[in-house]
Amino acid sequence: MDRFVWANGLLEMNETLVIQQRGVRLYDGEDKAKLDVGVVLLSTHRLLWRDQKNHECCICIHLSQIIFFEEQAAGIGKSAKIVIHLHPAPENKEPGPYQHSKYSFIKLSFKEHGQIEFYRRLTEEMTQKHWENTPVSQPIPTGIGPKAGRTRAVGIVGIERKLEKKRKETDKNISEAFEDLSKLMEKVTMVKFIGLDSANLYLSLQAKEMVEVSKSIANKIKDKQGDITEDETIRFKSYLLSMGIANPVTRETHGSGTKYHIQLAKQLGDMLQAPLEERGGMMTLTEVYCLVNRARGMELLSPEDLVNACKLFESLKLPLRLRVFDSGVMVVQLQSHSEEEMIASALDNVSDKGSLTAEEFAKLLGLSVLLAKERLLLAEKMGHLCRDDSVEGLRFYPNLF
Amino acid sequence: MSFEWPWQYNFPPFFTLQPNVDTRQKQLAAWCSLVLSFCRQSKLFTLDVLEAQESAVFNNNRIHRKLSVEAIQVVFEELRKKGNLEWLDKNKSRCLIMWRRPEEWGKLIHQWVSKNGMVNLVFTLYELSNGDDTEKEGIKYFMFPCYIALYQQNGNASLQNYNFTVKATVR
Repeated sequence: MDRFVWANGLLEMNETLVIQQRGVRLYDGEDKAKLDVGVVLLSTHRLLWRDQKNHECCICIHLSQIIFFEEQAAGIGKSAKIVIHLHPAPENKEPGPYQHSKYSFIKLSFKEHGQIEFYRRLTEEMTQKHWENTPVSQPIPTGIGPKAGRTRAVGIVGIERKLEKKRKETDKNISEAFEDLSKLMEKVTMVKFIGLDSANLYLSLQAKEMVEVSKSIANKIKDKQGDITEDETIRFKSYLLSMGIANPVTRETHGSGTKYHIQLAKQLGDMLQAPLEERGGMMTLTEVYCLVNRARGMELLSPEDLVNACKLFESLKLPLRLRVFDSGVMVVQLQSHSEEEMIASALDNVSDKGSLTAEEFAKLLGLSVLLAKERLLLAEKMGHLCRDDSVEGLRFYPNLF
Repeated sequence: MSFEWPWQYNFPPFFTLQPNVDTRQKQLAAWCSLVLSFCRQSKLFTLDVLEAQESAVFNNNRIHRKLSVEAIQVVFEELRKKGNLEWLDKNKSRCLIMWRRPEEWGKLIHQWVSKNGMVNLVFTLYELSNGDDTEKEGIKYFMFPCYIALYQQNGNASLQNYNFTVKATVR
């Protein structure tokens, strides 16, 4: 903390503010500094700190004083910090809040977060080193003469410097290594490789192609620039289809229907024969959904898939049909199912009993109440039955009118 | 003579307005004839809607069914379309039930007048209504239909308001 000097908080010519973050407490090494929580400001040349309550209290340090810095993750009850290791203070240093310090590093504790962005910006500034190009009018304490630096190569500072150097080297090596690969990828287009090792490369190339096509489509959609070319759309669709995703662009689920739905429809055709016969030839779609998913166990069907598959029954010439009643109820019924028979039998039942409610009828036939009601309503529509709606409920009578 | 209720009166669905169009038509026809015959029997010429709701016509306590207000309105509208009903006020709270339509009355009156050789003579409505003719039994009790019937005779009769007696001439 003894590297800091008092400042007036104003920026000099050629100096620009990069980022500021409030809620920061300074640490002299491991100890809390005898200052309160304040705002830390990063400029192109300096690192400043100002007390939040007392704006007069402002200190700064020049960025050239920073050897290196690192993040310290937050812990339980501890805020995230940035640890900044500093060069020793020059002899002609201006007065600051601390005369001496046993530490050569400080910490910025970000009580209100913001450390990620601050770290990023600090890294940028430390890389760009604007102060070397545009010196400010204030005397820059570059107190570290080359000689002074070298003689302190031993000790903690030296170790720290070595670590930093090593890190930079590794970084450089890695980015160099990837540079070649990306160059390779860019040069090679959809050339077919044979062999396991190359298979991965082929896939990643294909993936890269797909990504580019989708990016260009996305951009075009974003810019609303005219139409996406036919060619691109076709390529895009084929990619999607190969991945098994249904066509989202045109929603032609009625006419075409993907392979998956066709297969599913055939499977349902086999599976539902027996249950339908048990239930008198008709089942609501919800019943079908429950039955099918219970049987499957894993790999459950979504309701949408089920409906789409059922819509294909007729075109695939399966002995099942999807039927929608006036009220909106959807059922799957056997093709052999005859509606007239059902209604005639319904009329007989009602006549026998004089009158029936939907519930009574359901019980009589072993159907679900929903289906029983649909049947009675259909009979009423045909004119065979009439209704009696009262506080006692809805009853159906043979139509004597 | 007690009123004979038609079979529909004891059929619960009769009191629910049927959604099926064909069934509804038959139902309404039955209601219309019931209302008219009841009114004729009870010598009712006007009906108050609120009172009607409580009357036995629209309430069958034996089977615990009654016709809803909306359905009653539908029946009345049907009667009006047929020419058997006319609203006496804008709010549709009172109506005139003509279990014999004005034209039918007119014809009857004309027949009576011609039979009795009273064509082109002036007579009061009282005379008209108090005849021995059983055909005119309905007119005996209320002048109104007579008034309308004559008025609507398309010029075959003319009315003169004269000291509370309306004189009529039938040509």
